[in-house]
Amino acid sequence: MTVMTLAGAINAGLRAALAADPKTMLMGEDIGALGGVYRVTDGLQAEFGPRRVMDTPLAESGILGTAVGLGYRGYRPVVEIQFDGFIFPAFDQIVSQVSRTHARTNGVVSLPITIRVPFGGGIGSAEHHSESPEAYFAHTPGLRVVSPSTPQDAFTMIQQAIASNDPVLFFEPKRRYHVKGEVDVDRPLADAAPMGGANVVVTGSDVTLLAYGPLVATAMDAATAARAEGISIEVIDLRSLAPLDLDTLAASVQKTGRLVVTHEAPGFGGLGAEIVASLTERCFEYLEHAPVRVTGFDVPYPPAKLERHYLPDLDRIMDGVDRALGRVGAEAGAAS
Amino acid sequence: MIQTPLSAERADQDAASRTAVGAVADAATQADADEQASLARLVSTSGERLPNAELDPWVAELDAAAIAELYQDMAVIRRLDAEGTALQRQGEIGLWPPLLGQEASQIGSARALRGDDFVFATYRDMGVAWARGVRPSDLNRVWRGATASGWNPYEVNMAPLQVIIGAQTLHATGYALGIQNDGADAVALTYLGDGASSQGDVNEALIFAASYQAPVVFFCQNNHWAISEPVGLQAHRPIADRAPGFGIPSMRVDGNDVLAVLAATRLAVERARTGGGPSFIEAVTYRMGPHTTADDPRKYRDPADLEIWAPRDPLARIEALLRGLGAFTREFEQQVADAADTAAAAVRAETIAIAQPAAHELFEHIYAEPHSGLARQRAEYLRYLAQFEEPTESGQPSTDGGAR
Ligand SMILES: Cc1ncc(C[n+]2csc(CCOP(=O)(O)OP(=O)(O)O)c2C)c(N)n1
Repeated sequence: MTVMTLAGAINAGLRAALAADPKTMLMGEDIGALGGVYRVTDGLQAEFGPRRVMDTPLAESGILGTAVGLGYRGYRPVVEIQFDGFIFPAFDQIVSQVSRTHARTNGVVSLPITIRVPFGGGIGSAEHHSESPEAYFAHTPGLRVVSPSTPQDAFTMIQQAIASNDPVLFFEPKRRYHVKGEVDVDRPLADAAPMGGANVVVTGSDVTLLAYGPLVATAMDAATAARAEGISIEVIDLRSLAPLDLDTLAASVQKTGRLVVTHEAPGFGGLGAEIVASLTERCFEYLEHAPVRVTGFDVPYPPAKLERHYLPDLDRIMDGVDRALGRVGAEAGAAS
Repeated sequence: MIQTPLSAERADQDAASRTAVGAVADAATQADADEQASLARLVSTSGERLPNAELDPWVAELDAAAIAELYQDMAVIRRLDAEGTALQRQGEIGLWPPLLGQEASQIGSARALRGDDFVFATYRDMGVAWARGVRPSDLNRVWRGATASGWNPYEVNMAPLQVIIGAQTLHATGYALGIQNDGADAVALTYLGDGASSQGDVNEALIFAASYQAPVVFFCQNNHWAISEPVGLQAHRPIADRAPGFGIPSMRVDGNDVLAVLAATRLAVERARTGGGPSFIEAVTYRMGPHTTADDPRKYRDPADLEIWAPRDPLARIEALLRGLGAFTREFEQQVADAADTAAAAVRAETIAIAQPAAHELFEHIYAEPHSGLARQRAEYLRYLAQFEEPTESGQPSTDGGAR
């Protein structure tokens, strides 16, 4: 076991993937000498050279479009989008090309492109640096969407994403980049839990609380706080946002009969809506209360001084748990 | 000076051979010298007024007092820029993108405009905003994270600073189409960086501008860096050379020479104003500071580059020019110092006084028309917050506080 930060674990995973397969290459703005604005690619250009760790011109559509061509040529491009809010110039290439080339070629051409995106808020940043655009991509057939919440998962899942023959959006919870954890760097990838599976991180019996990426830690704090009040929360880290591991999620809801979903992205048309709908379809007769979403509000991500009001925090998640328990007097703090 | 990825790679491969590395360094020095020699310039680094047949007429009327005003503008924004970095270091604002080294590019171009012209600029263009009449602390309201935009765009005829690289060039082009449709004689001026020149949006803007002969001026501040990426990664030839391929005339000027920048921009603006269509100006300058206060350039650039650029300082050469004209007097120096001090003290006091926005502001201005979904969300959230508040004397719970 090695203690690493989440950012350091992604760096180690990228290094392992570059070493394992000469067709793997990294592309992005400022990922070379600088090592990325968050230093996630630190040292990799020095180690693997400028043709395998490429600083690209400042053009996101260009990065994704050329990644498609490299994919046709048998490469595995791992693309860094510098910040969540800068993925939109590449949206056309991702949605119209990356996602559907396999289908368009009747399965002949696969595009094993990994798109790394530091995402989410809570870092007091400027406009376009704190967004949660995952639902756009989860909504797009042909793309897989994942988000790790721990250094171990970050290390394993980035390698699994690169190994996948499908395009994968890899959403990195940037406010958790510096959180440290133990990472088993020696365990063979083949022995790791699959990228598509959810992980029950706290077992409980009263309420199922679903979170991913930046909010998993907050959800676990909620479970701790609730325990003191005699409430038993089961926290599940989704890990994979598309596809969803509905079997694991449904088993939990069938046990607890109550469901709370939380994410930073706006609630309207967000992943929470899909998760609640899918689980209601599967578990309707087990539910003892309407499912509850605790999400960002339906506004553009706000200026830094307002973000504490926008982001779901411990109190708002606890309020959501109260509502899922049907507690009288609970006020609506959720976004939907 | 211009490092291409190719030369960097070559340097890597030949690291064993000192002569080869030396050759690359010599090539870079030569490229820098060639670049400097190719620029349109009106004032040498030592403050000599240089003749230039194309540009001279556009600054012919400038007397020493007018040049002194340009100097004072540059000195004030340099001071405000330093204050921005200091305020960030002290935690009063979240981030600051320094413009140090780019004072002449920003003042020379912005001072070529009329009040009814319209500007679409970027996050680094505080000096442009200053010249348009934006209160510096209104910029800091944005950098402090208190508001999405610090000013009314129609009051200063300048859009909010743009963070999405290159997007504003299309906005300027569209604004110019509107001017054209209206039969007005205003002009749109847009700022972009060397990095931005790679974006699809910028190339699309050039096409739209050329197709409709829109009254728009593209002003590219080539400060040699896009964060850590040298301009050679974005352009294999001078960026100004691209515009003629789109059918747009272009000019490459010394971006550290405020007179040359003013003259070139006046020329381009007048062309647009009189139906001559779009122009592209590449102002060759240098980002002397970090990309932002969050950046550490030591990771990617040789500090020796700064020594090459320091003698090309935009203020020093105008000081020398004014001295030659007998206009850089003690009184003038004092006046400039006072103006800079006053501006700096004001921005500091006003920035520190910027209030924490109230919770309900999260929901303001999202839509122009009432929106039932958002109205409900707002009411629910304010009710939720009210549970955490001590009742105030008026009996009304305040909604400004956080949940905890
Ligand atoms: C679409 C988009 N991609 C990436 C970024 C991140 N970013 C901010 S500034 C910058 C470099 C811009 O360089 P340049 O256009 O030369 O302007 P300069 O910062 O040098 O003034 C980058 C990559 C962004 N803001 N927008």
